[in-house]
Amino acid sequence: MNADRSSQHSLLVLEDIGRDFDVSKPWLNRVLEREPRRHLQAVDGLSLDIRRGETLALVGESGCGKSTVARLIVGLHAASRGRIAFDGVDLAGSRSHARNAQLRQRMQMIFQDPYASLNPRWRVARIIAEPLRAQQLLADRQAVRDRVGELLKQVGLAPEDGDRFPHEFSGGQRQRISIARALSSNPEFLVCDEPTSALDVSVQAQVLNLMRDLQQQLGLTYLFIAHNLAVVAYIASRVGVMYLGRLVELADASTLFTHPRHPYTSMLLDAIPDLEMSGRPRTPVAGEVPNPLNPPAGCAFHPRCPHANKRCKTERPILNAVGAGGRVACHAVEEGRLPA
Amino acid sequence: MSPQPLLEVRNLRVEFPTRRGTLVAVDDVSFAIRRGEVLGVVGESGAGKSLTGMAIIGLLEPPGRIAAGEIRLDGERIDDLPAELMRRLRGRRIGAIFQDPLTSLNPLYTVGQQLTETILAHLPVSRQEARERAVALLVEVGIPAPEQRIDQYPHQFSGGMRQRVVIALALSAEPELIIADEPTTALDVSIQAQIIGLLKRLCRERSTAVMLVTHDMGVIAETADRVAVMYAGRLAEVGPVREVIHAPKHPYTVGLMGSIPKIAQTRNKLAQIDGAMPRLNAIPAGCAFHPRCPRQFARCTAERPDLLVAGASLAACWLHANDHER
Repeated sequence: MNADRSSQHSLLVLEDIGRDFDVSKPWLNRVLEREPRRHLQAVDGLSLDIRRGETLALVGESGCGKSTVARLIVGLHAASRGRIAFDGVDLAGSRSHARNAQLRQRMQMIFQDPYASLNPRWRVARIIAEPLRAQQLLADRQAVRDRVGELLKQVGLAPEDGDRFPHEFSGGQRQRISIARALSSNPEFLVCDEPTSALDVSVQAQVLNLMRDLQQQLGLTYLFIAHNLAVVAYIASRVGVMYLGRLVELADASTLFTHPRHPYTSMLLDAIPDLEMSGRPRTPVAGEVPNPLNPPAGCAFHPRCPHANKRCKTERPILNAVGAGGRVACHAVEEGRLPA
Repeated sequence: MSPQPLLEVRNLRVEFPTRRGTLVAVDDVSFAIRRGEVLGVVGESGAGKSLTGMAIIGLLEPPGRIAAGEIRLDGERIDDLPAELMRRLRGRRIGAIFQDPLTSLNPLYTVGQQLTETILAHLPVSRQEARERAVALLVEVGIPAPEQRIDQYPHQFSGGMRQRVVIALALSAEPELIIADEPTTALDVSIQAQIIGLLKRLCRERSTAVMLVTHDMGVIAETADRVAVMYAGRLAEVGPVREVIHAPKHPYTVGLMGSIPKIAQTRNKLAQIDGAMPRLNAIPAGCAFHPRCPRQFARCTAERPDLLVAGASLAACWLHANDHER
């Protein structure tokens, strides 16, 4: 790959982005029941940078906003606030159609459910060639055919598989087809939203290994959304932990899994079933994620946090830098009540 | 511990007759569960683990049917019971917990109505006593403010709380056996840990036998006493949980364990089993796993292995045959 792809500066920068969803009742109900409009802040005040060639993972429980972040980046949702810059170009501000198309060619997405994300009436070759056609990357048919064959081989299928339909493939093979489609426009950046959570473990291992190999061969940058921390530990170089729409901790994968700083991160790690059966002591997990329509004041995690004090209930913590390149939003860490 | 196992499944075979021939979804499966024991049943989708559970509680969807074998509860055969008797047995002696708590609860009735109705259907108590029992059950499964919550509808509960209600329902008639089919799969990890802990505690206290069906080895490691690994409708390996996880005997179990990502070891490449589980209409001859098996030899392609003694476990693999038999 060329030199600038491997350089360390940020490929994608998110600055203070937020996304609200209007979850109000219909107009007539609001008038009759005298209810105001209601907004759900799916993502709020999130800042991140993704470096070239790395895999940044976002983890969190359902409803924490991790998938919304993925959708904001690829433009499936528009951001309500904040700025998203890809390779120095502001995505939200750029109104030029041609330039956006050019940027989109460089980023692709892989979805969770390989049964829903492939058109059942199209042959695999047509599915994989769609980005090529949409962006008019290859002119003649033979070139498209060759490229599709090459892509199928790259993801571990045979060029002849292009003539078949998605229903003829198993879940893992379908996810390989999704990956081939995402790679067809030669992107630098892949947004992967729970790419393996619909798959069985042995198939998950195949797909994770493939993604790691492709990253090395093609110098790809991944944003990897997942809820399974063990999968994240395997694939990610840095990890961001989200809770109720906000980033609570960001750290190198090696640091996060050995020295979690935020109490929520520790809780998530403690909740993973212990396959080694080492009998290590664990703090029991308490409570559930609160309703995002009515998030707690102060630190959103304080009702479940064993270290919460008065300040945590009223003042929202900001994401402070800790250690080497880590960031954590916790008063207890900031005040030194918990180790940084 | 009573000498006779509470549940005994012998040579169970579940078939689905279709126009293109009969599919065998569960083939020659035998195992037993003692009182107070948790048997984990693992396998990938399509391995037949859920169908085995459904066959035991008599809820196989037609055209699926038990074609051979027998199921005994406390010594009595239950696989050939008339539908009416089986219906009474279900809930009373065998409780069930399914994956999705929303579909196991009726959205039109309050949680209290569903609990008291179940209790009244199975136990000789008055309506007032049934309600008191229902509140006590909600306390036991860890639902805060049960007196208020008992009159709420399922949609007013969160996913984790709903699954607690489903567990309360399954326990309401004090069954001797609980079939839990992926009870934590739809839940977040932090809730999953709570539900596993709850299930474990309740079963220990009441010495209920549990058949825990899941695809998650982590859940098995936390909960089960023994594990049965299924592949393509057959048992591949049965053994004590430590043995199966730390010293698997069947090459499929070895591959399965290797393919699970672990937080402690992330540098090495994940072991992978190439290929996929065969479809039911194309199960290979001999050992069903042989086309994917790294250690297969001539006999594997020709002859189907029975469960053979392998250390403290049993494994359906010719590697564990005595030398002269090989």
